[in-house]
Amino acid sequence: MTGSDPTAVLGPDGAAAPSGRAPSAGTADQPALIVEHLTKRFGERIAVDDVSFEVGHGEVFGFLGPNGAGKTTTVRTLGTLLAPTSGSAMVAGLPLRAENGVEIRRRIAIMPESPGLYLRLSVLENLACFADLYEVPDPTARIERALGAVKLADRAHDACGSLSKGLRQRVALARALLSDPEVLFLDEPTSGLDPAAARDVHELIDGLRQRGVTIFLTTHRLEEAERLCDRVAIMNTTLRAIGRPDELREQLFARTLTVSTRLPLPEPGRVFGGLPAVDGWRQDGPAQYVLTVSDPTVAAPAVTRALVADGADVLSIGESRHSLEDVYLKLVDADKEAGRR
Amino acid sequence: MNMRARRVRAIVRKELREYRRNRSLVVAMAIFPLIFVIQPLIVVLGLTASASGALAHEHVLLYMLGIPTFVPPFVAAYAVVGERQQGTLEPVLTTPITREEFLLGKALAALVPSVGIAYAVYAVFLACVALFARPGVAPALIQAPDLLAQLLFTPLLAGWSIWIGLGMSARSSDVRVAQQLGVLASLPPVFVAALIALNAIHATLGLGLGLGAALLLGDGLGWRIMAATFDRERLVTATRS
Repeated sequence: MTGSDPTAVLGPDGAAAPSGRAPSAGTADQPALIVEHLTKRFGERIAVDDVSFEVGHGEVFGFLGPNGAGKTTTVRTLGTLLAPTSGSAMVAGLPLRAENGVEIRRRIAIMPESPGLYLRLSVLENLACFADLYEVPDPTARIERALGAVKLADRAHDACGSLSKGLRQRVALARALLSDPEVLFLDEPTSGLDPAAARDVHELIDGLRQRGVTIFLTTHRLEEAERLCDRVAIMNTTLRAIGRPDELREQLFARTLTVSTRLPLPEPGRVFGGLPAVDGWRQDGPAQYVLTVSDPTVAAPAVTRALVADGADVLSIGESRHSLEDVYLKLVDADKEAGRR
Repeated sequence: MNMRARRVRAIVRKELREYRRNRSLVVAMAIFPLIFVIQPLIVVLGLTASASGALAHEHVLLYMLGIPTFVPPFVAAYAVVGERQQGTLEPVLTTPITREEFLLGKALAALVPSVGIAYAVYAVFLACVALFARPGVAPALIQAPDLLAQLLFTPLLAGWSIWIGLGMSARSSDVRVAQQLGVLASLPPVFVAALIALNAIHATLGLGLGLGAALLLGDGLGWRIMAATFDRERLVTATRS
């Protein structure tokens, strides 16, 4: 996002809200979200099953999972729209209980997947309504800044019904920023946006992170989660994995080196056997070998020396990189497989 | 309960803006008042002076209390299910607004046009009668107690119909179904008003006060009952936990 500070809606210091709201019971040392054994059932159907995690202050936390995995149900439960069947949570420093509903909703903002705008009203009228619902002080200035942040200042007087899907999504994002929330739940914020608009949203999220806003990001775009999130959780009714993307890769995939030579090695077992940090190898093509390694920084030089000593013409040696998508697909496929059995 | 006027005002303002720009709603709101003003005008303007004597013993004006009974369900029925259908309910319910504030805002927004339309139609009807009816008809028809009852019962009846309409709206999955059920459920007060208008029930001050108090109580209870039974979870997910 270009121009002035896109996160200026949060105020110049980025911390204390100028909205006159009650100070948060939480501190920077306390997690912004603590979820413990959260379960939500709809009749016989279990939407969320015994989910526990924490999200730190100022963290961008990705929440991934296939359709029907319970992501939106989790967001709605933490947003006090749904009552948990069992389990507990602390949201923005407050226990998730019915009597704290108003105060929790004052401290958070949720941008649902569908923008949910009043299509007969203008952008300005939509935002003015929500500024009043959140009782923000100086709503005119706050709306102006929120519109500036999503680059929609020039469309303020347009009816929302006349806007494209991407622009509506931006209005919904501006609406979520109005209240200067401590925790911002974004449900598929870049859904339907063109690449440039999605990039703007990414920059906006980066800016919000720098200001200390905790962001709970639900997304299907794995590259988005990998780029933006400090940690991710992969849900499929239960929590399947949680951690930094690189941690998850290490947990789920052995580290490997891929070696390519000009001609096939006559005795690859003799070359690769007994090398330091090399745990095993397999052939993956006529002249390509995949080595399972415990430490690539130790294994790669040893492998190079062994190949040269054997007289092989080395074309490339590189560490294989597994993306977050690989991690995600491995977990989801494992669930599908388990479901078939 | 800590009611915040600014949040209630936000809902009222938003609703009134939406009504103004919703052509089908404006048309629906105009149909009943037109029926209630045109048909009686034709009858009254056709009356001879000699027929006016009979009018003095009836309370024909009360017949028009059907307007504040039938108009509000059209607006109120849209209030919850309409928002659900266009996907705007969830964002509103994620704000700090309470159920009581949300419902009060919706009810006030429905009350304003309903009462305004009813009073405007009364004024047009009375003006036409005063200007164009045959001599003797206007004084027989326009009786001060009836006018007073008209003015006082209009907001009370509208309030009753609004809570019924909102109740139907919160439990229906379709705006038209909610409107039809709302109109049907609002019929009993109209029936009572018709019996009084035709002198089948003798109108007295005590009866008027009693009915007024009952409606006032019903309006207050309607708000409380609606708030107590307003289920965010069911409205957001359309399922019961």
